[in-house]
Amino acid sequence: MNDKPIIRIKNAVKTFGTVQALRGVDLEIKHGEVVLIIGPSGSGKSTLLRSVNRLETLTKGEIWVDEDSVTNKDSDIRKIREEVGMVFQSFNLFSHLNVLENITMAPLTVKNVSKQEAAETARKLLKRVGLADKETAYPSQLSGGQQQRVAIARSLAMNPRVMLFDEPTSALDPEMIKEVLDVMLDLAKEGMTMMVVSHEMGFARAAADRVIFMDEGLIVEEGTPGDIFSNPQEPRTKRFLEHIL
Amino acid sequence: MAEIKSSRIEISDGALIPDKGEHSLFSAWRLAFFGAIAVLVLLPVLFPDPYLDIIKFIPDGILKTFEVTVLSIIFALIIGLFTGLGRISRITFINRLATIYVEVVRGIPLLVQLFYIYYALGKMVQLPRLTSAVVAMSFCYGAYLGEIFRAGLQAIPKGQMEAALALGLSRSQAIRKIILPQTFKVIMPPVGNEFIALLKDSSLVSILAVSDLLRRGREFASTSFRYFETYTVIALVYLVITLFLSKLVALMEERMQHHER
Repeated sequence: MNDKPIIRIKNAVKTFGTVQALRGVDLEIKHGEVVLIIGPSGSGKSTLLRSVNRLETLTKGEIWVDEDSVTNKDSDIRKIREEVGMVFQSFNLFSHLNVLENITMAPLTVKNVSKQEAAETARKLLKRVGLADKETAYPSQLSGGQQQRVAIARSLAMNPRVMLFDEPTSALDPEMIKEVLDVMLDLAKEGMTMMVVSHEMGFARAAADRVIFMDEGLIVEEGTPGDIFSNPQEPRTKRFLEHIL
Repeated sequence: MAEIKSSRIEISDGALIPDKGEHSLFSAWRLAFFGAIAVLVLLPVLFPDPYLDIIKFIPDGILKTFEVTVLSIIFALIIGLFTGLGRISRITFINRLATIYVEVVRGIPLLVQLFYIYYALGKMVQLPRLTSAVVAMSFCYGAYLGEIFRAGLQAIPKGQMEAALALGLSRSQAIRKIILPQTFKVIMPPVGNEFIALLKDSSLVSILAVSDLLRRGREFASTSFRYFETYTVIALVYLVITLFLSKLVALMEERMQHHER
């Protein structure tokens, strides 16, 4: 981990109609850092995450990925999105493409790589997520855990510098959560910068450098997993943790 | 497991789709289809005059009917694609334009549209009859197909677009590579139904003296004065064609459901 921030969020405000999803969030994430964001539903954690690659447009505030402004309307958001991978709660694999095509689609469309090269990278990634034998399967033929691992491989195929995870295990049956977390753990160990919205305590303790607790559109408390889980300072954090532990 | 939304859409516009559960030997579809064929075969055998003459007279008309139908559906699909995209466009002008087109076309009977394009606009540009017919049919069915495309596009889960954008694709790349291929699959059965409806409506073009199936019948009847016999054959031929096509659509739909998780 080096000390320069790769993601900088300044005074992020997002309103949906009359609802204030984010009410002024400041956050910096360093290269190689793994940050877990927790909080009750409606606390704005997903909105914050989705603002980083501009799937949500902030009402106010600024976000940078490295030196590139995400929030500036004139900046090339596609270039930024190439560098920022995202994994969704509902996997969102392309259902008309098989596993290999899912992974090679973006590199072939967006980057100038050859078919062969893209397939080679995809196979390497599939091996890495433990699905080397599934390259011709269609998403509907895979379990949720397998789909999510393919989704991670699909993101990695663009060789991103940051990975965003939006509740990656919430839609999974319990027995499949571990296979996904294991892949994420490996990624963390390899030094990937990760911003994860999740309540997986085990993952937090094993991999997170920092845990952030959000409520009502604000960061209420942050610290190491040990601090937050064992010794929370804010009453709201305590109450929330009592609920989920 | 995430809840996977079914991407089937329900639009009933064309022919009645045979009930998929109906597999008995004497299903309604079989009775109608094979009954019609049997009558079409038996009549000329039993009464060669005039039925054999009629049967010999109409094949050109069948071809013309298919020509009008296939040409129209091709152009209607192209118009429909852009109309559907326009209907979900975020650009207000395009959105309005597409919506107005759909509203206008749906509010005017096809027969009136045919007259309008051939006779009214004919005062300015006189198109050949067949061209007028195809233009009017495509223009009309483009609006219907536009609505099917819109429903199909909207049936694709939002996450597909988001995932594509998050990977760095542009919106138009995402639509071309991710959204449309899935849309085409979803809309196949309703488009099949529109094809059948269009084929039936194509009988209207006989009014412009395009020698389609109905027109050929009329020509035969008006010289032979065998109205009953002629129009019986014409009706049966339409029936056999549409029943055959609706069976195809039903099979297509059944196969799609098999492929669904």
